[in-house]
Amino acid sequence: MTALETPHSEIDDTSDTPTRRAWRRLRRRKSAMLGLVIVAALVAVALLAPWIAPFDPAKQSYTMVRKAPSALNWFGTDESGRDLFSRVVFGARASLLAGLVSIAIALGLGMPIGLLSAYRGGWTDTIVSRITDAMLAVPFLILAIALAAFLGPSLSNAMIAIGVTSMPIFIRLTRGQVMAVKVEDYVEAARAVGNPAYRIAFRHILPNIMPALLVQATLSIAMAIIAEASLSFLGLGQQPPAPSWGSMLNSAQRFLTQAPWMAIYPGLAIFLTVLSFNLLGDGLRDALDPKER
Amino acid sequence: MIAFLARRLLQIIPTLILVSVIIFLLQQLLPGDPATVLAGEERDPEVIAQIRQQYRLDQPLPVQYVYWIKGVLSGNLGESMRLKEPVARLVAQKFPVTLQLALMAIVISLSIGVTAGVVSAIYKNTAIDYTVNLLALWGISTPNFWLGILLISLFSVQLGWLPASGYVSPFEDFWLSLKTTIMPAFVLGNSFAAVLMRHTRSAMLQAMAADYVRTARAKGLSERVVVIKHAMRNALTPVVTLGALELGTLLSGAVLTEQVFSIPGFGKLIVDSVFNRDYAVVQGVTLVTATTYILLNLFADVAYVLINPRLRG
Repeated sequence: MTALETPHSEIDDTSDTPTRRAWRRLRRRKSAMLGLVIVAALVAVALLAPWIAPFDPAKQSYTMVRKAPSALNWFGTDESGRDLFSRVVFGARASLLAGLVSIAIALGLGMPIGLLSAYRGGWTDTIVSRITDAMLAVPFLILAIALAAFLGPSLSNAMIAIGVTSMPIFIRLTRGQVMAVKVEDYVEAARAVGNPAYRIAFRHILPNIMPALLVQATLSIAMAIIAEASLSFLGLGQQPPAPSWGSMLNSAQRFLTQAPWMAIYPGLAIFLTVLSFNLLGDGLRDALDPKER
Repeated sequence: MIAFLARRLLQIIPTLILVSVIIFLLQQLLPGDPATVLAGEERDPEVIAQIRQQYRLDQPLPVQYVYWIKGVLSGNLGESMRLKEPVARLVAQKFPVTLQLALMAIVISLSIGVTAGVVSAIYKNTAIDYTVNLLALWGISTPNFWLGILLISLFSVQLGWLPASGYVSPFEDFWLSLKTTIMPAFVLGNSFAAVLMRHTRSAMLQAMAADYVRTARAKGLSERVVVIKHAMRNALTPVVTLGALELGTLLSGAVLTEQVFSIPGFGKLIVDSVFNRDYAVVQGVTLVTATTYILLNLFADVAYVLINPRLRG
């Protein structure tokens, strides 16, 4: 299942740690490295937004309404005369934050619940599994919309909605992985020498299921970013005037005839971000799971 | 087969009950007194009192749930505060529209996705394979509402070939209906096609490496026959199930697609209800969508058993 179980598969690096070996395999994948570089660049853009953006993203100017891209406004301006390049740069913050926070929520809740469910078995497991099934039975975005609707529209509620909606995937994945690892000899051995349950869970089981969770988390971030953009496109995410790619596309739709550029760049930004997380996730899966190749 | 069907039908009952509990509990998330919030703009104490009585909000939660689910089971999904119409009637009105869109999207994505997957598996590691994989990556990473906006910009605003929004029923005017739905259906099917392509490609690669394909080749059968009669028939079985599991994504996608193209379907209904704080409609539509999805999965499971003789028994 994991690199740990096949320490002799690659003779040259038997003395290596599994992490280092996975990193080397990842480095050999050009598309994964491209994804990693774009992700790093996007994080840098989000962190350094005030220094990169040439204008205040919220500053309106009625003499600059809907100007086409130019040397001054690289991506043009919107219906309130705001600089689109600056708004796209600041929009990276909402998107990346939503991706990271919502998946942190999903993982933070899903992993312990899955672990408990698989470890405890019996009734706990039955109840957790049935609830997971039920949550997975509601289409992802529809559940997120319903949650965001009842919680009220805001970026933090959108992140909670996406996080809770993505949680069942992590419960199920953790549970399945733990079930598989639980019966391995080294876990049996750890139990036989009298380790307490929590120690077995954290020292012996968790490190072995981490690779699968990491891959799923990376791919889920991509999904969460699309979900956040979708919610803010519908008006359920980041509230105006704060910039977010989804809501920028929403206003762009009203000016397709007069200002088509308004629709191009925010969408490209979402596409690039999602693409880079997908590339990285696919690469991680190949690097961490040698049998899947 | 009958035993399998019966077992599978019994299995979905607890899932359906739990789904309804989750959807029912959503209203507990409303800040403050639900009756006041549910009454919406109207602050009329009489209306609030009526709502409190109608939903039995003064009673404990399990009692409220039982009354609610009793109504649901007899076809009463509550009433829309905004439109003053039963939710069930609204759902019945909007459902065919989304269904038409979804079916067209499935046809489009199956024809593109499966063909592309088979082709890229046959031409593994060639320029064709790489191109198809790149297209799939584009399909998976593109938000469908953005694609919709781009297509409207091109085909409606620039070229003027297709209407940018609106919907006409195929029973009214078939060609006009096709014109209004072809773009949204393509947008909706886009990411689905990409997912199907990836599944088909890996299933085909597996099948092409199997012994029975080698035997077929050794018998001197033409490559065409080998691919179509031997490899494809076996490869497509898992694709059916995997495809069915992605149908939920299609229903989710319909929300955004209908919003972009102003199509009066399910998705538009749920979004409009969210903004008008028409919570009964949100709950009703979510419940119907989830039930549809659960049933679709059941059909997919049954179909899987039917086309796979080894699982029949």
